[in-house]
Amino acid sequence: MAGAAVTGSRGKETIVAATETAGTTRRDFLYIATGAMGAVGAAALVWPFVSQLQPDASVLAMSTTEVDLSQVAEGQMVTVKWRGKPVFVWNRTPKDIAEAKATELSALLDPVARNANLAADAPATDENRAGIDHEKWLVVVGICTHLGCVPIGHAGEYDGWFCPCHGSEYDSAGRVRRGPAPENLAVPPYNFVSDTKISIG
Amino acid sequence: MSGHSTFEPKHPALKWFESRLPLVGLIHSSFVAYPTPRNLNYWWTFGGILSLMLVCQIVSGVVLVMHYTPHITLAFDSVEHIMRDVSYGWLIRYIHSNGASMFFIAVYIHMFRGLYYGSYKAPREVLWILGCIIYLLMMATAFMGYVLPWGQMSFWGATVITNLFSAFPVVGPTIVEWLWGGFSVDNATLNRFFSLHYLLPFMIAGVVVLHVWALHVVGQNNPTGVEPKSAKDTVPFTPYATIKDAFGMVCFLIFFAWFLFYIPNYLGHADNYIPANPLVTPAHIVPEWYYLPFYAMLRAVPDKLGGVLTMFGAIIVLFFVPWLDTSKVRSGVYRPLFKQFFWIWIVVCVGLGWLGSKPAEGGYVIAGRILTIYYFAHFLIILPLLGLFEKPKAVPASITEAVLGKNKGAAPASAGVSAPQTKG
Ligand code: HEM
Ligand code: FES
Repeated sequence: MAGAAVTGSRGKETIVAATETAGTTRRDFLYIATGAMGAVGAAALVWPFVSQLQPDASVLAMSTTEVDLSQVAEGQMVTVKWRGKPVFVWNRTPKDIAEAKATELSALLDPVARNANLAADAPATDENRAGIDHEKWLVVVGICTHLGCVPIGHAGEYDGWFCPCHGSEYDSAGRVRRGPAPENLAVPPYNFVSDTKISIG
Repeated sequence: MSGHSTFEPKHPALKWFESRLPLVGLIHSSFVAYPTPRNLNYWWTFGGILSLMLVCQIVSGVVLVMHYTPHITLAFDSVEHIMRDVSYGWLIRYIHSNGASMFFIAVYIHMFRGLYYGSYKAPREVLWILGCIIYLLMMATAFMGYVLPWGQMSFWGATVITNLFSAFPVVGPTIVEWLWGGFSVDNATLNRFFSLHYLLPFMIAGVVVLHVWALHVVGQNNPTGVEPKSAKDTVPFTPYATIKDAFGMVCFLIFFAWFLFYIPNYLGHADNYIPANPLVTPAHIVPEWYYLPFYAMLRAVPDKLGGVLTMFGAIIVLFFVPWLDTSKVRSGVYRPLFKQFFWIWIVVCVGLGWLGSKPAEGGYVIAGRILTIYYFAHFLIILPLLGLFEKPKAVPASITEAVLGKNKGAAPASAGVSAPQTKG
């Protein structure tokens, strides 16, 4: 390759080329090794420029939120901010809970709990959606799983939420009952610090 | 494509410069002596209008940046500050926000022109594809610009559009987080969109240079679709195209001024005068008018990923039009069936735009589905088949024949006709 390119154009190099065997030469090896090092170097330099796009340390640092539940009356739904997103904390009435429990799993569009505190394949029963040992509390990320609008509470046919953007509806356990949203509202990672306080994140 | 005058500098200083950098000669051959088909109509003035609009957006944009603050706590107020306090700030902002709409009106007309007269066919495929790239860049630029005032529509438009990427399996959610630089649209998002909104117009300018270069390699198409065959078929760019383009620009600017001074908020949304609130979505969110047809397609498909793919597919398909249209005849003027389908397709596009502004329910969704299917059928079924089955009308032998009629076109041209080539 190197030999063929220089033959005839520069007398001295013709000799060098002629002493090398046809096919792979030492020079080819050097070309490829240099090129490969260059490519690795370029890739290493690109990485910081891509990596800076991800959530930075200050964004990650703000990622827990505490909520005082004693201020939320029965039937009331409050919205708190966690990681810049709305989270709905709903003190459900016995009727809301009974409705959610009565719903067959087969009637759901998304049969998976989507609960960050449980296994990824846990079924979307009301127990798996509501607070552990605190079934009246429902804590869900207030972001429609379709394209991210904030659904309106106490609305829609299923007594949960209605999304104004493209008409998705969720029931009183935050499970999607009408598309285009593909998934149930996500249950964020949270735990009960006491009976009247949760910590999200 | 020669035959017209070439540039020969006379002044010694210019001669000195020209032999070191032939810049004036390049401008002369591209915009003065450049031969343009003699039969170009006013649809051909939109290329010049588009260049003017790009300059207009860059100039008004650079000035806006002098007064604008890209931070979630200050952006909305800084735009209001531009509107109320900055001298003529209202004018500059309205030029920029309405200018974006004018830019899109012009680009749609320019694209429809290309589709009607077959300007995408060999040898202009690369020219066409560069145009499609410009269109994509324009959409990205305008989308990010609309986020900057940080009103409710800015915020929720950004949320919905960035969330489109979450539809892609496995990598989707990560892509979205990296677009946002966080877990929701927030300050990091605003800052990066601002940076890119400043950059992309200059990338557009770069692609425009390639677009015009490609144009000057293959030459302009014309309403007959017949390539110029002799010097008689063309006239020099200056004064003929220069003056015609200038007249087109003035008319377009009058139209622009009407929006600017009488209905500057007509194309916008009142909700964008409410500061962004991440906890409340407006009851009816709609994108800017120029995205509406694609928005209608997104909502026509009941599946999230399917909707996103359909929407992107509607643009991708444009890149392949040069190969989907199988007809040997270039211009729609000589294609009786194509002409009808072309206008049906235009109506379908406008219809989709209208549906995109309506709520996604009942009859609107069904209509959206039918029109979406038709949109794709036009490119994937009708265009390929038309080329095989349509019987085109007779195409004139030359541009001159088409303009002057058979006898005059065949006979040696009169003095009046040949005059343009001797001038210039
Ligand atoms: C392809 C060209 C461009 C297009 C299509 C475009 C489009 C837009 C749009 C649609 C908006 C929102 C207007 C509103 O509702 O207020 C906007 C805002 C803005 N653009 Fe551009 N733009 C372009 C070029 C530029 C350039 C080159 C700069 C700066 C160098 C710039 C700077 C800004 C700024 C600072 C704002 C926020 C102020 C405001 O909202 O009025 N733009 N742009
Ligand atoms: S974002 Fe809720 S339905 Fe589309």
